[in-house]
Amino acid sequence: MSASHSGEVISYFDMNEPYGKQLIFIFLTFGLIAVILSIEAKFYERFASIIYLASIISLLGLFIFGKEVNGAISWYGIGGITIQPSEFAKFATSLAVAKYISDLETNLKSIKDQLKLLLIIALPALLILLQNDTGSTVVYAAFFFVLYREGIQQIYLIIVITLLLISVFTLKFGIIATLLIFGIVLILVYASRRKKRGQILQLFGAFVLIAVISVGIQQFYKNMLKPHQKDRIELWLRLEKDPQKLEEMKRTILYNLNESEKAISSGGLSGKGFMEGTRTTGKFVPEQHTDYIFSTVGEEWGFFGSAFVVLIFVLLIIRILFLAEAQKNHFSRVYGYCIASIFFVHFTINIGMVMGLIPTIGIPLPFFSYGGSGLWAFTIMLFIFIKLDANKINEW
Amino acid sequence: MRKLLLFSVVILVGLSFIGRLFYLQVYNTSEYNIYEDNAIRKVYDYPKRGYVYDRNGTLLVANQPSYDLMLIPREVKPLDTAEFCQILNITKEDFTRIYKKAYTYSPRLPSVFIPQLSKEDYATLQEKLRKYEGFYIQKRSLRSYQTTIGANVLGDIGEVNDAIIKRNPYYNMGDLIGKQGIELSYEDILKGKKGIKFIQKDRFNRDIGPYKNAVYDTLPEPGKDITITIDATLQQYGELLMKHKRGGIIAIEPATGQILAMVSSPSYNPNLLVGRDRSKNFNQLYRDSIAKPLFDRGLQAQYAPGSPFKVINALIGLQENVVTTNESFGCRLGYYYNGRRLTGCHSHSSPVSMNAGIAESCNAYFVNVYRRIIDKYRDPAKGMNVWSDHAKSFGLGEFLNNDLSVGRPGRIPDGDFYNRGYGENRWGSTYVVSNAIGQGEVEATPIQLANMAAAIGNRGYYFTPHIIKNIEGEIIDPKFTTPNYTTIEKQHFEPVVQGMFDVYNKGTAQSLKVPGIEICGKTGTAENFVKIDDIKTQLTDHSIFVAFAPKDNPTIAIAVFVENGYWGSRFAGRIASLMIEKYIKGEITRTDMERWILTHSLEDEYKKPQSGQPFKINRETTLKVIDLKQ
Repeated sequence: MSASHSGEVISYFDMNEPYGKQLIFIFLTFGLIAVILSIEAKFYERFASIIYLASIISLLGLFIFGKEVNGAISWYGIGGITIQPSEFAKFATSLAVAKYISDLETNLKSIKDQLKLLLIIALPALLILLQNDTGSTVVYAAFFFVLYREGIQQIYLIIVITLLLISVFTLKFGIIATLLIFGIVLILVYASRRKKRGQILQLFGAFVLIAVISVGIQQFYKNMLKPHQKDRIELWLRLEKDPQKLEEMKRTILYNLNESEKAISSGGLSGKGFMEGTRTTGKFVPEQHTDYIFSTVGEEWGFFGSAFVVLIFVLLIIRILFLAEAQKNHFSRVYGYCIASIFFVHFTINIGMVMGLIPTIGIPLPFFSYGGSGLWAFTIMLFIFIKLDANKINEW
Repeated sequence: MRKLLLFSVVILVGLSFIGRLFYLQVYNTSEYNIYEDNAIRKVYDYPKRGYVYDRNGTLLVANQPSYDLMLIPREVKPLDTAEFCQILNITKEDFTRIYKKAYTYSPRLPSVFIPQLSKEDYATLQEKLRKYEGFYIQKRSLRSYQTTIGANVLGDIGEVNDAIIKRNPYYNMGDLIGKQGIELSYEDILKGKKGIKFIQKDRFNRDIGPYKNAVYDTLPEPGKDITITIDATLQQYGELLMKHKRGGIIAIEPATGQILAMVSSPSYNPNLLVGRDRSKNFNQLYRDSIAKPLFDRGLQAQYAPGSPFKVINALIGLQENVVTTNESFGCRLGYYYNGRRLTGCHSHSSPVSMNAGIAESCNAYFVNVYRRIIDKYRDPAKGMNVWSDHAKSFGLGEFLNNDLSVGRPGRIPDGDFYNRGYGENRWGSTYVVSNAIGQGEVEATPIQLANMAAAIGNRGYYFTPHIIKNIEGEIIDPKFTTPNYTTIEKQHFEPVVQGMFDVYNKGTAQSLKVPGIEICGKTGTAENFVKIDDIKTQLTDHSIFVAFAPKDNPTIAIAVFVENGYWGSRFAGRIASLMIEKYIKGEITRTDMERWILTHSLEDEYKKPQSGQPFKINRETTLKVIDLKQ
């Protein structure tokens, strides 16, 4: 940015500047798209397992050849370029999940197949977690939407929602209050049941389980989480009441979020204009070209621009969902669902974090954040689906 | 149903994001203001502060550069501290202490290392500065007083405080602003307009270039020079005469209302409030609660005016047609009512008419006149109001609405004032006779008395006393060039002026005559009290004198007030006469009178209330004589 102020002509393709690198990646993307579209659609289904395997190997290789950046060993360094295999693992896993579910022998209601699927999803997630990239790990939760859509038991959804509620309630209101709330809910459930025999034991069992989970979550929060993770949750749930301490937190651990909210807020209704954001130019928001890129959108394009970005993401995801539902081929449908879910999780966590709606989890905003690997991975992900979709007339 | 889960969650998230964006960007925000954007550094370019000249074009106040030694702790490289400290004349401990303080404030931002270096230190340092990385010189402009007089007139400048910054966004932390005197009252003219540069910062507070190619940047506009009405020679002479006395002198040019001299004693050298020792010196002046050098006695000393106020009563009596110039009243060492003496008087021939009443300052005469004014109407409150309105038309009893930074309203009571105090219809003229002789509830400041003298000298009008004579390229406020008329008709002034002339001719000031100048004056002696250990204790009377000269078309009107100077002609009268001679003739022929004033001190008198010992006042005191040779 400083170049523009000294009156020099900006070289947009300056490889020493992030924007130069990114522009080059964007141009190369067109070649990539051409390659993806020119490959036979069946290739992706047939080679899904091999692509998945290659991806797992590339993740394993990081433990030996990986380069550490910001505490995470997520990159291969080849010359001046770094490649992040975890970005590519997402579509590889999607292919594998689609392949497994669409297999005629797979029965999603059977525990055995469910466990196999869990292994397919959890393996890359675990490897990424071991490489200290918590953010990318969280993305794998997206596959729950796929599994639910494809027919795992209803009880899983209830369990997931209940677990989320127990966690939030326990941390926000404490164990006693949580048990009180869930106790009342269980009593209401009992009262509404016609057949009361045996129910009381069942519900009591559920209550004990909830109590155990609640205590477990609190212990996990107290003893297992790192201090910075604890702080993030504490802030998100507004557990800190002392205004002085809160101010202190805002200046230290909340610094990123605070600056990011200020930048977005300063954009107002219509923004300060392209390249005119004073907080962006001053690089006030750390990581503003990667995870916090949306703050720049907010500052320079204002409410109109940022709401527009939110809208196109929503439309993109819904469009993929509709197309997925329209697929005749089961593989294509599951794959479409996978990538819709992944886009959704990235979009929700990234923008939610930048605006302070959810705790800080560092993942990029697709097609916005700086990073060649991410850009290519999302492009491949999306265009494989476009290729599959283009091929649907050939299906029967 | 299962198809709808993700779909509805996506819609929900999209809506809540737009809601949040609306809250952050539209609802919970104020319009973008570049001054509040801490991503933009505002660098100010300070203009030259306007110069101040006296009425004859003598430069009184100019500017001088001052050099602050600054440092940016992070940029400091290892240095020869011994040599560095030697140049700056500080110890190594000082160096460490200041450096640590600056580092704690911010390692990246500049801090003042040593403020306001002397020219000598600056000269030595400048040659060697390049050896000391992280240090640099920042130039500031300070006031440079070309004189040692007029501290109360000129005032001073100092750093703005938080309250001012909050009230007026023009000022920033560390800016200088007029604090007293004309620096305060003409701040807007003198200060000029700061230039501003907007500089884009990064989050480490480093400059990364001009904001938007400097399109919003402005150049400074220099402050305007002003000429004030003060005559520096007269002011200096007044301050000389007031040495070893407390009090004030105000001299006004009656034809214009311009203030020729405005002396407050004790005073101080205005240069004390410039430079590195400013706050130390200011505190010393501020904390002196006994001599109160920061208290402008010409403008703020509000006391009973004493006898000079009698001439107002004479004028009101004539205007209200309750007395003629020839009518005489008897005086038996005072005024008696139902066999009780309401007010005393000194010995003089009796009975007296108006002329002798003024010349001899007869209390009984004025109590008679005053009672007739109040009793003219059946309701004393109405009479009081009529009297009050006449008195106020001389600029008494209210702020003069002038261009001086401080002032007091004085007090002219009206009917309501006494109705509140005594109850309606429960008082009469005999209750308030002290006002007849300028005691009682009447209070005035020296500038009001000088203005009153000017109005009498002008035979019925005055110009609001002011200190601004000329502003570079601007016209002064028209309220200073429009006459204010009193409610007394012109013909009533002649007998009163004659009476005041006879004060010099044959009355209480006959020993103060100045050869060749027809002075009209009026002596005053005002009783005063203080509380010592909660006991009301009387001190030696204040010496007051009001005059104008020459008798016709006066060029100077003056009020002198000397605390505890005893009778009017003793100190105040002498000083007034000398000031008039100095102003009109430019030299002093009454050297005997000058010598007396210069050699007599009231300092012993001022020590009495603080001494803790019982003390004597008035007649029973002796003056301290100073040997001028010492």
